[in-house]
Amino acid sequence: MPTFVYMTRCDGCGHCVDICPSDIMHVDKTYRRAYNIEPNMCWECYSCVKACPQNAIDARGYADFAPLGHSVRTLREEAKGTISWRLKFRDGREKNFVSPIRTTPWGSIKGPAEYEAPRAEDLASQELAHEPTSLKIEGGLPALHSGRLRRGTA
Amino acid sequence: MFTTNPFAALSATVPPVAMRAYVVAMIVLVVAGTLFDIVHKGSARYFFDNWRRSRTRARSPLGGGELASIAIQTAVVDVLASGEFCNARRRIAHLLTMYGFVLHVVSTVVMVFSNSISDVWPHLWWVGGLMVLAGGYWFWFFIRVDVAAEGNSPWRVMRADLFSLSLLASVTLGLVWAFLQANGSGAAVVFFALYIVATTVLFASVPWSKFAHMFFKPAAAFEKRVSYANGTRANLPGPADKPEQFGSARTAPRHY
Repeated sequence: MPTFVYMTRCDGCGHCVDICPSDIMHVDKTYRRAYNIEPNMCWECYSCVKACPQNAIDARGYADFAPLGHSVRTLREEAKGTISWRLKFRDGREKNFVSPIRTTPWGSIKGPAEYEAPRAEDLASQELAHEPTSLKIEGGLPALHSGRLRRGTA
Repeated sequence: MFTTNPFAALSATVPPVAMRAYVVAMIVLVVAGTLFDIVHKGSARYFFDNWRRSRTRARSPLGGGELASIAIQTAVVDVLASGEFCNARRRIAHLLTMYGFVLHVVSTVVMVFSNSISDVWPHLWWVGGLMVLAGGYWFWFFIRVDVAAEGNSPWRVMRADLFSLSLLASVTLGLVWAFLQANGSGAAVVFFALYIVATTVLFASVPWSKFAHMFFKPAAAFEKRVSYANGTRANLPGPADKPEQFGSARTAPRHY
């Protein structure tokens, strides 16, 4: 299902060019609007469809297994942390669902470079560097003890 | 300089009737170019096909009053305030260029066709021209996606630049010509000739440039608002029933 762009809706902002992992969304040299330069190489990841602020990108099904009349469209709402999906089938049935993107505010998760570099002795530890504090493993990783197993309280 | 009609001073060498005929010819070129563009690209057929499809599938059909209300919203938000832009810098540059172009063109027509005009029109001609230059060169060197997002040189020219470049050339050369003419420079004739060439390219290149966007963009914005109001939403899902709590991480695109 390669993507295509509704030219009347695209404002040429370039967000789809920025996000496309295959680098096949480009800005057209005639109208300065985005377009898919190589539909055969599109792996239908929907990144550009979700990223487009104008909802100007759609995906076209291959005629052999997704004949004309169907539709799969998404709406990404960053502030809500959701992506809504609307699937329309040829016979008129519809499926609507919402999937979450995240549970914390954008920018609240520290990147790897923002942590201190691990020390050499940390290599001997079973823990990964900078395990999330939410795991609550300050006292060491959970382990099985034979005595507790015998008591049935492992 | 800012209070004199540059076209009145020009009438000593170019007959007013020739100037008026040129303005009419440019208007005819724009109308003919737009009609050709609509027929050639099938944009009107596409618009009306979408319109019929949207009406057929409407979940809540719209009455005349609702359509009039949507038309007013489109005119105010999408056209007069360039509401479709998600990038604030692009929106400001577009507003400067759009209103500058309108002021410049309207004052040009008034000054060419009217013998006795108030001082306001030459002022508007200069103000409009300077607004076009401010918005246009800001867009050209810093904002357009080729430069800002793709890291290309601002001097790389392609067909998509035909409208922007011919508009900037026309207004720049027009202001330089008026300045030189007001100061009695002999080079004014050269700049006037270049001004006419750039202006002719701007208005005669409608079928090959993005000049026609000022006609099809409002139509597309109207169609989008109608589809949201009648429930079809161009097959898009409705907004999620969740509170806004995470802010936004969207940054300006930068591909290099």
